[in-house]
Amino acid sequence: MSNSNEARYIDIQGVEQTFKTKKGLFPALKDINLTVAKGEFVALIGHSGCGKSTLLNLIAGLTTPTSGVLLCADREIAGPGPERAVVFQNHSLLPWLTCYENVFLAVERVFSRTETRIQLKVRTDAALALVGLTAAAQKRPGEISGGMKQRVGIARALSMEPKVLLMDEPFGALDALTRAKLQDELLDIVARTNSTVVMVTHDVDEAVLLSDKIVMMTNGPAATIGEVLTVDLPRPRSRVALADDPQYLHHRKAVIDFLYTRQAHVEKAA
Amino acid sequence: MVSAVFHSPLEAIAPPATSHASPIGKAMSTPKTDAPAAPAAVSARPSAASRDFRGFWMAVLPPVLGLACLVLVWQLIASTGNTGIPKPLETWAQAVTVFSDPFYSNGPNDQGVGWNVLASLQRVAIGFGLAAAVGIPAGFAIGRFEFLSRMFNPLISLLRPVSPLAWLPIGLLVFKGADPAAIWTIFICSIWPMIINTAVGVQRVPQDYMNVARVLNLSEWKIFTKILFPAVLPYLLTGVRLAVGTAWLVIVAAEMLTGGVGIGFWVWDEWNNLNVSSIIIAIFVIGIVGLLLEFALIKIATLFTFEEVKS
Repeated sequence: MSNSNEARYIDIQGVEQTFKTKKGLFPALKDINLTVAKGEFVALIGHSGCGKSTLLNLIAGLTTPTSGVLLCADREIAGPGPERAVVFQNHSLLPWLTCYENVFLAVERVFSRTETRIQLKVRTDAALALVGLTAAAQKRPGEISGGMKQRVGIARALSMEPKVLLMDEPFGALDALTRAKLQDELLDIVARTNSTVVMVTHDVDEAVLLSDKIVMMTNGPAATIGEVLTVDLPRPRSRVALADDPQYLHHRKAVIDFLYTRQAHVEKAA
Repeated sequence: MVSAVFHSPLEAIAPPATSHASPIGKAMSTPKTDAPAAPAAVSARPSAASRDFRGFWMAVLPPVLGLACLVLVWQLIASTGNTGIPKPLETWAQAVTVFSDPFYSNGPNDQGVGWNVLASLQRVAIGFGLAAAVGIPAGFAIGRFEFLSRMFNPLISLLRPVSPLAWLPIGLLVFKGADPAAIWTIFICSIWPMIINTAVGVQRVPQDYMNVARVLNLSEWKIFTKILFPAVLPYLLTGVRLAVGTAWLVIVAAEMLTGGVGIGFWVWDEWNNLNVSSIIIAIFVIGIVGLLLEFALIKIATLFTFEEVKS
């Protein structure tokens, strides 16, 4: 029982999502079946508009599926909650709170019933230290760079000690160098905290570097899972060492092949 | 002076210690370096000063010219025949007498301009305060819950365009007094901008922030204090600013009808005395007080506005 629970930590069964639009019903997702094991890092990759974020919002509980079931730790996902923390694409920090207060808001929500004020403060400081932002704790989001904001967003999510960390293109809005730095930090943090992560991305290298499993989605409408690639590269992974690793290049080629040959962009297909 | 140093070629040759050293002996030994430096300073000073003056003139001259135009037009209209409008100088003389003793009181119908303005401001403050106490929470509720929004939007659309003065008889009927009726009129005219702006502000809180609230599962109280209120504050303050502006417009008209003490009543009283220069003074007083109210509220609003909220 506990084994199956661990292997099917997130369990998505026959999920279908249809949106009502002015032009009628729009089928966004259909026949989504996916399992994520505990401690696994899964990347969702696909072209724009293929429903990656829709699927992530379903796991987060921000939306409910038209049909099908989503389970997390054998319980149906009925709504959003702090056990499934989300790192939003545009960081979504509250601009009127300092970085410390932004993280504290989450910590307070999750732990204030069982812990003292001092313990909450220690947790908040620890979360900011984890992403290397102790010095910026008393700054407001408007006073720090985009990369730092995204790190505060990650600190806020991790500070809740979530069962699952959901990331919606967390590094999409950053420049390449900052993105690489944050990816390395994320690798390190995930290794230390042994988090279960589902991450939406459109960056092939990011997907191969970070994940255990890459879920490749077909183009919408009515997008579904086209292929699941298991990335069995040993950890810890180093970006530099992997750059000419034949296995890494093989995985990279497989994803590119899927995205650009079999699922060529919608405009090309039309 | 700094530019003078750079423009003087001889100053560079002279040792820099010259100006700081004791003048005894040095003044005798280096008369040639001091002498040319002084005219250079004189010639450089006007160019730097004229640059300062240009900024000064651009800031001061146009508004002064605008005021001068107003006074000129006023003078022209007053001088042509029998309009009965007093000339600017006569009005000024009257203003000096009015403002020399703004706080006299000879019974309820003859009080200084200071008392009248204060009485009006007090009515505005009470009416506006009540409107804020009702309108701002109502705005939050209407913005937050779609049901309430659908319920009250038709009522607001129906009642908002009604001239506030149309409410005055209702106030007189219900409250049986001039003062509460005027306050009621202020209340009803300043409540709409606050309800509407607050509700729109709540509806425009970025979905991202609300998603954060949902993921964290924040309590309704936390959502209000940590997300809604700070996000809505700029909208709310715009509503407050519009409301105070409207209230100040309406109080004059309401007081003309209700009488008592107040700047609006003062205008009407002076009209009955055919004291037109006092009316013109009152117009300026009303304008200046309105300007000050607006200015104060804009200052408050900029203090509380976060740039990220707008984007």
